[in-house]
Amino acid sequence: MEVKNAVAGTLESGDILIQIAPANTAGLHIELDSTVAYQFGKQIEAVIAETLQNFGLTDAEVKATDKGALDCTIRARVTAAAVRATGKDVWAD
Amino acid sequence: MNSIKDRAALIKNAADTMGKQTFQGTADKNNTARTELTAQGAKVVTLEEAIKRTGLKDGMTISFHHHFRGGDKVINMVVAKLAEMGFKNLHLASSSLIDVHEPLIDHIKAGVITKISTSGLRGNLAKEISHGLMEEPVVFRSHGGRGSAIANGDLHIDVAFLGASSADPMGNACGYSRSENAKSICGSLGYALPDAQYADKVVILTDDLVAYPNTPMSISERNVDYVVVVDSVGDSSKIASGAIRDTKNPRDILLAQQAAKVIINSGYFKQGFSIQTGSGGASLAAVKFIRQSMIDQGITASFALGGITAHMVKMHEEGLIERLIDVQSFDKVAAESLKSDPMHQEVSANEYASYDEPGSATHSLDIVILSALEVDVDFNVNVLVGSDGIIRGAIGGHPDTAADSALSIIVCPLLRGRIPCVVDEVTTHITPGSTVDVVVTEYGIAVNPRRPELAERLKKAGLNIVEIASLRDRANAIIGTPAPLPFGDKVVGIVMNRDGSVMDVIKNIVD
Repeated sequence: MEVKNAVAGTLESGDILIQIAPANTAGLHIELDSTVAYQFGKQIEAVIAETLQNFGLTDAEVKATDKGALDCTIRARVTAAAVRATGKDVWAD
Repeated sequence: MNSIKDRAALIKNAADTMGKQTFQGTADKNNTARTELTAQGAKVVTLEEAIKRTGLKDGMTISFHHHFRGGDKVINMVVAKLAEMGFKNLHLASSSLIDVHEPLIDHIKAGVITKISTSGLRGNLAKEISHGLMEEPVVFRSHGGRGSAIANGDLHIDVAFLGASSADPMGNACGYSRSENAKSICGSLGYALPDAQYADKVVILTDDLVAYPNTPMSISERNVDYVVVVDSVGDSSKIASGAIRDTKNPRDILLAQQAAKVIINSGYFKQGFSIQTGSGGASLAAVKFIRQSMIDQGITASFALGGITAHMVKMHEEGLIERLIDVQSFDKVAAESLKSDPMHQEVSANEYASYDEPGSATHSLDIVILSALEVDVDFNVNVLVGSDGIIRGAIGGHPDTAADSALSIIVCPLLRGRIPCVVDEVTTHITPGSTVDVVVTEYGIAVNPRRPELAERLKKAGLNIVEIASLRDRANAIIGTPAPLPFGDKVVGIVMNRDGSVMDVIKNIVD
């Protein structure tokens, strides 16, 4: 799957900013900066990875700047960024 | 014969009996015009001279007030001067510390300040201390607890440096100025009054030196040793910021409306009731929403206490609140009202909220509305340490007013972002659950099982009363289970209960 630079989300409280770029090496490379990293860092990384895998994106650089977003918000922002990065429309059907 | 000469022997006898001298000659009389004489009062010196004359030594305790909150300039100015003069190992005992006091980090690293007592810590200073910046743990006290500790000697102050918006050359000082040169205003000096009364030496710093007598005064000249004139003691426009801003957040407004419904149906909403609102958007806003009910039901409050706000001043001026008792003016409107309205009374921290002061105002308080960082299923409240383990708040009058009031109401959202506010156990114990009556969230209202009659009244009024554990479960269902915080083994903070006992400790966070 071809990947372009793409962004979704904001830096507002309760939101997350997802930036996707083409992978330098194979696999998903997630870099997370979160205001709730101590308590939820691992969980947020897992949700991002799972959302991208379900989407079918296996190789990408992902930068996530989290301001305490809930899992549903994270999934929505990651999906939107992935759609923009790949051009694959998951909402078509 | 009975002239003074005849009585000389008797006078000598009387003096000997009393162990006194007999009067010798006449006292020196100064003929200078008094406006000239008082203008050059002997107490007015430079900051450096004042520090020297107080006899301050390494290891001693210096104190400050935080009435200018985010606009305070006194603490940074004085500590910088002390550092320049080479002082070390000082104990800084401020009524509280805020983001603006970040420069203290360097003074701590340099060994100028090695111990801190305060009500709270915020910003980078709090973050660094949470990570173990200081060898000695910071001692946290409530405002009433600090008043008690100063009065009973637990917290002995060697030199108090107190900012004032006006002072005369004798030291009569106020948190406002009546002169045309007024540069600043903070209103009540309530947290500074115990310091002024009990510190060994008191230095007033002012940005408006006015002619004697600066009456009616807040701090009396008899408690003041030196007066220092500075460019600015504080920026008044920054008082109503941070934790005491006026909220426009719709969730805060919803919480405030719910809290108002609790008050109105609590059984305590009757003629002559008294009320206090703590810092935090929702609690400050709650008073706005009981106003209409007061008008409709013809009820007036006997007094409002605490951090006095513009809302309370407005209701006082409308005749809805008879008197205002003010330990801290939360905005400029409140500060101006304190200056001009005799029914708006300044009180010291002791008279406000000390547990061992029988007349303290909190003992006469019906209702208090307070905010929280966290509440747990046993109704314990944390207002000091964030859910990430980093210190980020202040005890304030929270435990004082919760314990002394007839009805204490905590307002907090169920979640702040991904952080739950209703938890299994609070990160740090500040206000005991036994003193908390009601917790208001946007997902329902929990009443302490200790107060079944109150729960009954609120249910009858149609309010959504829920078990507090169900609020915790609801929060966890949305956010998942948080991982444990990476606490280290070092104690960075000690939380004192208002009775002088140790309530809890705060451990360092390891990244």
